[in-house]
Amino acid sequence: MKVAYWPGCVSRGFTPELHGSMARIAPLLDIELVELDRACCTGAGVIAEHNQELADTLNARTFALAQQVQGAEMMMNICSTCQGAQSECQQRLDANAEYRAHVNTTLAGEGLTYEKGLTNKNFLWLLVEEMGLQELRSRVKRPLTNLKVGPFYGCYIVRPRERLGIDEERPRDHYLHSVIEALGGTVIEYAGMRKCCGFPIITMNKEASLKQAGRHLGDAVDADADCLVTPCPLCHLNLDLQQPLAERAVGRQLEMPVLHLPQLVGLALGLDPKELGLSRHVVRPTSVIDWSTSVVGAAA
Amino acid sequence: MADTFKPPEDFTIRLRRYDPESGEAPYWDEHTITLEPHRSVLEGILQARARFDGSIGIRCSCRAAICGSCGVRINGEPGLACHTHLDEARASGANGAIEVEPMGNMPVIKDLIVDMDAVHWKKVQRVTPWLIAKQPVPEREYLASHDSMVDVTQTMACIQCGACVSDCLAMEVDPGFIGPAALAKAYRFVGDPRDDAHDIRLRDLAEDPQGIYDCTHCFKCVEACPKDVNPMGQIMRLRRIAGSDFGIVDKNNGERHEAAFTTLVKDNGLLWEAELLPRSYGGNSWFGKLHPSAAKELLSSLPAILKALMRGKVTPMGALRPHKIPKSDLDRVRAIYDRIEGREERYELNLYVSGYDEEEPPAAAPAGAVAQEAAPSAPDGAGTGVEP
Repeated sequence: MKVAYWPGCVSRGFTPELHGSMARIAPLLDIELVELDRACCTGAGVIAEHNQELADTLNARTFALAQQVQGAEMMMNICSTCQGAQSECQQRLDANAEYRAHVNTTLAGEGLTYEKGLTNKNFLWLLVEEMGLQELRSRVKRPLTNLKVGPFYGCYIVRPRERLGIDEERPRDHYLHSVIEALGGTVIEYAGMRKCCGFPIITMNKEASLKQAGRHLGDAVDADADCLVTPCPLCHLNLDLQQPLAERAVGRQLEMPVLHLPQLVGLALGLDPKELGLSRHVVRPTSVIDWSTSVVGAAA
Repeated sequence: MADTFKPPEDFTIRLRRYDPESGEAPYWDEHTITLEPHRSVLEGILQARARFDGSIGIRCSCRAAICGSCGVRINGEPGLACHTHLDEARASGANGAIEVEPMGNMPVIKDLIVDMDAVHWKKVQRVTPWLIAKQPVPEREYLASHDSMVDVTQTMACIQCGACVSDCLAMEVDPGFIGPAALAKAYRFVGDPRDDAHDIRLRDLAEDPQGIYDCTHCFKCVEACPKDVNPMGQIMRLRRIAGSDFGIVDKNNGERHEAAFTTLVKDNGLLWEAELLPRSYGGNSWFGKLHPSAAKELLSSLPAILKALMRGKVTPMGALRPHKIPKSDLDRVRAIYDRIEGREERYELNLYVSGYDEEEPPAAAPAGAVAQEAAPSAPDGAGTGVEP
């Protein structure tokens, strides 16, 4: 399927392995990515905190650009925070015709219009809802047998439920579980899997921020997870990049590798860990997991 | 009518019991109660108390979701025991049992009763929860616009049940955080045009290290609230008013972080993470990184930075140079900034006041997927799930 692809900023900045691994796995999943390289940052909730109309207009511009992509079935992102920030703006834009018209007046300068009803899905949602778990399972070349994976969702993709379209029919707050299982891995549940990584307050209250990250990582260690997987690069920053500092904040050794969702999928699809950028993490998954024994399968 | 009547059924409820004075550890206490499925979890607990164990501790009063007394956690989620149906609770529970625990972030007095005075009420008192009237007091009533009063009714809907406090993730690691309920209460007065202390209130809450900038933006309180108060949304508005309207540059880097983020996206179209961090500490310009507090922060982050450089996760060039969108698009983005930031007054859509004006119920509007499914896709496949 063809999608208008919004990679976000951090996936092209401090977590380049995320954007890179998505590009690697897309052809294996028959997803054609048309990158929205003219679009700007979603604001991650921070621009909305500064000026709501500004955030709504910047995102409406992105939505309008996505709607111009010929043949695209929907817009797709690879960042929970982008999903949350975009969904919030879209909720306002879609709720009120007058407001939408007001925002579109600003976009008219470059001939763009946002029309109500864009479908915008995180890669996780797309995997489950568009491709389907059965299809995903059939494409697995190297099942993640015996790999104990702790899901880390990130707040923006699980709350608020109503805005994100989470209900009994679409249990999106359970999809990471389903994907880990479909890839042949074992789901490890732990207390912090749907809690906050602490990233949003890293510059305001660093101690509390690192304590949050450290506590969840510690919970995952105690639950005997081999690694975590997250659909959010900002969570990844606090859980991986900041892990040496989080260890100090909670006073214990953690050594918990954290994978981006496309990396985990890529491993099961048979790609090489290095190719997926797994050696570029602060906590190297390659040094913690013995891929030759933990990840076994027909094609390995 | 006949098929809406459901006869009494057996329900298993597991109660978290604890008596701090006993010296014993907390334990689970299981009872089978018999009630119609539409009856509340509270009624189930009261039946267990009446029939099996008179020592079960639960606080309750109105049984109609308005007094806020019976806040508990049901199957791990905060809520009012009187406002949760037994059949719904059973459906969300593990193995068909309904687990009821005391609320979090507050000390347990006994069983399901927590010490609201020690945490919740103390925090509410912290925000001066009364109107400081504008002087001189008019001879008759104050005049306030309709919208401004509808706006504050959202926070006035709070019944002080403590569900949001129970679930607050910032408070979990930083118990001193003023927290969602009290900050929503603070907005109730900052949003009230009759109040005379907006500036003092905002300065106080912005400068407090455990004030408005200590919220981690996790949406837990938004989900927890049984009255749609949207505490986190109110905290974000307090930040917006403090920074943008009152120009309060707090010592917690809250305003600087917001300003730096907004400016960097205007300058580059995309976020420049390496520049955001020092600017949040040192000030919103290129020189921010030379400020002593930025240098101190960079030094303390050195273990993480060095590892990232070593692993090739971040390259020096990548960190020093922003990634940008094409020039022509950047010009468009800047034009949007200029137009909107140039307005005399900020334009804000408040869904609580305006409601949803079109056919879909709120749940269907945001995700868009429903809209896409409802509309047949264009034969040429053009567009992105937009209604034709």
